[in-house]
Amino acid sequence: MARSTEHPAEPAPGKRPPAPLALTINGKPYFHDGDPAMPLLWFLRDVLRLTGTKYGCGIGACGACTVLIDGKAARACVTPMQAAATRKVTTIEGLETHELHPVQQAWIEEDVAQCGYCQAGQIVAAVDLLQRKPRPNDEDIAALGNLCRCGTYPRIRRAILRAAELMHGEKK
Amino acid sequence: MSERVDAGRRRFLTVALAGGALLVGLRLAGAQTTDVPPELLGDDLTDLGPFVRIERDNRIVIGARGCEIGQGVMTALPMLIAEELDVDWNQVRVIQLPYGYVDTDKGPSNRYGEQGAGGSTSIPEGWKDLRQAGATARWLLVQAAAREWNLPAEQLRTEAGQVIAPDGRRLTYGALARSAAAIAPPDQPVALKTPDRFRLIGKPTRVADARDIVTGRSRFGIDAYAANALVAVIARCPHLDGTLVSYDDAETRKVAGVKDVIPIPGPKPDAPLDGVLAAGVAVLADSTWAALKGRELLKVQWKEGPWAKESTAALAAAANELLDKGEGGVVVRADGDLAKARKQARQVVEARYEMPFLAHATMEPPGALVEINQDSARLVASLQDPEAASMLVARLTGIARRNVDVRMTRAGGGFGRRLKNDYVAEAVLVAKAAGKPVKLMWTREDDLAHDFYRPFGVHALTATLDRKKRITGWAHRCAATPRVYRDAGATERPVYSGCLEPDDFPAGLVANLDKTFFGLTSGMPRGAWRAPLHTFHAFAVQSFIDEVAVASKQDAVELRLGLLGEPRRIPYRGHGGPFFDTGRLANVLRLCAERIGWGKPRTDGHGLGIACHFTFGGYAAHAFEVSVEGSELRIHRAVCVVDVGRVVNPLGVEAQMMGGTLDGVSAALHLAVTVKDGQVQQRNFPDYPLLRMAQAPRAVEVQIVESTEEPSGAGEMGVPSAAPALANAIYAATTVRVRKLPLMPELMRML
Repeated sequence: MARSTEHPAEPAPGKRPPAPLALTINGKPYFHDGDPAMPLLWFLRDVLRLTGTKYGCGIGACGACTVLIDGKAARACVTPMQAAATRKVTTIEGLETHELHPVQQAWIEEDVAQCGYCQAGQIVAAVDLLQRKPRPNDEDIAALGNLCRCGTYPRIRRAILRAAELMHGEKK
Repeated sequence: MSERVDAGRRRFLTVALAGGALLVGLRLAGAQTTDVPPELLGDDLTDLGPFVRIERDNRIVIGARGCEIGQGVMTALPMLIAEELDVDWNQVRVIQLPYGYVDTDKGPSNRYGEQGAGGSTSIPEGWKDLRQAGATARWLLVQAAAREWNLPAEQLRTEAGQVIAPDGRRLTYGALARSAAAIAPPDQPVALKTPDRFRLIGKPTRVADARDIVTGRSRFGIDAYAANALVAVIARCPHLDGTLVSYDDAETRKVAGVKDVIPIPGPKPDAPLDGVLAAGVAVLADSTWAALKGRELLKVQWKEGPWAKESTAALAAAANELLDKGEGGVVVRADGDLAKARKQARQVVEARYEMPFLAHATMEPPGALVEINQDSARLVASLQDPEAASMLVARLTGIARRNVDVRMTRAGGGFGRRLKNDYVAEAVLVAKAAGKPVKLMWTREDDLAHDFYRPFGVHALTATLDRKKRITGWAHRCAATPRVYRDAGATERPVYSGCLEPDDFPAGLVANLDKTFFGLTSGMPRGAWRAPLHTFHAFAVQSFIDEVAVASKQDAVELRLGLLGEPRRIPYRGHGGPFFDTGRLANVLRLCAERIGWGKPRTDGHGLGIACHFTFGGYAAHAFEVSVEGSELRIHRAVCVVDVGRVVNPLGVEAQMMGGTLDGVSAALHLAVTVKDGQVQQRNFPDYPLLRMAQAPRAVEVQIVESTEEPSGAGEMGVPSAAPALANAIYAATTVRVRKLPLMPELMRML
């Protein structure tokens, strides 16, 4: 069962409890032996302390909890651990490798964030969009359904276009 | 070591030497010298201290004292300090300061000054004291260099974190920090830079901690965990002022991970809402999921409260009845003789506008982490009023305030919701009862059903015009659920405050004026919602002036400009006063009209709408270009022109205006909280649909007026005139006048 402790759980390769669910998060293996119906969101937050993925609604409506599952955007708050099992999950913390992901870079350059709470979900959704559509048009961007209560949408649009350019090596 | 000095405005300056770091902070007169927080003595920069810390390697750490709710204080307030300190922004690292309570001979005080977030006051406050803090630190460094070089301080100058001698010799602040800290601070406030010497103020500056945000490393209140803390969720009574009769937690306690179930008494009807907001049953567990599952299995019997019959429909009917009868209102302002103006009028225009309750729906719901020990307590939460939170924790625990550690985090939105600390009270009560630290979580359903809502009301407006189409009389009668409702220690605030402002436009500009307020009885908790009362009444006033223009066949911009008249200052008693400058409002209106292309004939079926408003010392105008095709409203252009005096961070002000505009559009299009049978009806985002990107204009064209006036702050000015400008544009496109918010359901009904 998920435990509330001060420190995040360590990756546990090899330490296999009876019939646990196995999944990969940001490139590391983890096991879950608690309620298989628990949403991935709470595993990320309460167990792993990957708190960049946010709670906003619990019903998949706002997108604050957006993560990549096998490379595709998914709402962690309505993804049971059972459904995440055997999958590769990437969270906002896993986007950055040796340097910022171009989307993160573009987000800084366009000064998108206000309160910042929804932005991890927005960024992950944008990464997913740019994988599907390396040259997104206005409608593609507008189809992103993530909510932002601060009204940063115009800068999100600009950041996505800038990220597309960065990813095509057109901007430095 | 420490030194004290009278710095002029009843404030003292503390300078303390700690591990080679120069720490400069302000505190109120009479404060005892406080110790440097131990965490600052080490290399651990994630912990907190006073305003300025200079490292030996010339890195500068500046403490941000405000509550960052998205309004940009984490960036703009440290900029004020960095400007006067004369350092390069790229050598600055910003850290969040905790709440700075100190005991003094004269009572409770705060070593950091004003830390709350409300009323767009952070910049005007910081403009007064934070620049002085930076300038004083710089003064000490210059003195240290003067001694080092044996030169008069007047001959030295500073630049980018260095002191420079006339012969070109340089010393870094880092090299001077230790000796500077040993110098007695000045006995007079030091001179501040003249604006022509500003290097940072006025320069577009990105969010200071943006990298933490985009990598998911930022810690919001909800991200705070503690050893042995139990996660609590609370089943709250859905009936306004209802009570808990009984509960059965047998199934709840069977859920793996559930540790405890604790009832919480609600506030007494009519008692101040200064603790928890509702009766409830808390489920404590070792994870959020277990707590949520446990709560779902609770069987609770609630008893309806005294408001079981309350409904939005009944409130609307009651409001209209009060306005029809017109008796028993409170006179807010009365000038001249309106009855006479009416008698002599060539034309009388009348209309009513209905405003819904609004929830705040901050993206991060309320929540708090609370640890209570024998003689101390710790609170970590997303806050807007840490002082009130500190007082509340002390009151509920009996622990002295100096031992209550309040830590603010980045907050996932505020909008006024966090000016209330009901969720802090809940966490404290649960933690006390459980004897363990508690991490209280709210779900979105909890948040929409238990808020301090923006008031509901109906505005009835009347204008009388003479034969030259001049407005001779103006009546604004408002029937609303007063914003003033069960406020703790309510200082004699008039009942209309928060709903109707005596001196708002067009008061003072029309000879015969009547503003009257009628209070509606309601059990809905009410509070401040971004630009509080101004979003509530500007929609009515700025829609109505448009209606008057249409009815009297006048240009809506010219009509407003005619009312504003010659640029002059007229008295304004509300927040943002003591003056309202008609010229500054006329200016933003004129610029906005120009920008949107006002007055040019159109053939594309698009409609233009415009509005302007004065909020908390700032002047804003909005214009929209829209079209309506079938059931779809398209916003082709959105323009916001703003004058907030001197701008500290243009990029931040632009963000606030862009966001404020979209916030105004979001609320206007779709948002309403309704009540039926004494219960809030909205549950989650599907029935409280915030604006999504697809409905938002592609851009908000923000134009910031260059100004040398004192800065006014910028968090709220971008909201009030957005909704009426949008409604006016919809009228221009469709000839359908929407007088009830939210717009879209009403527009679809009327089309």
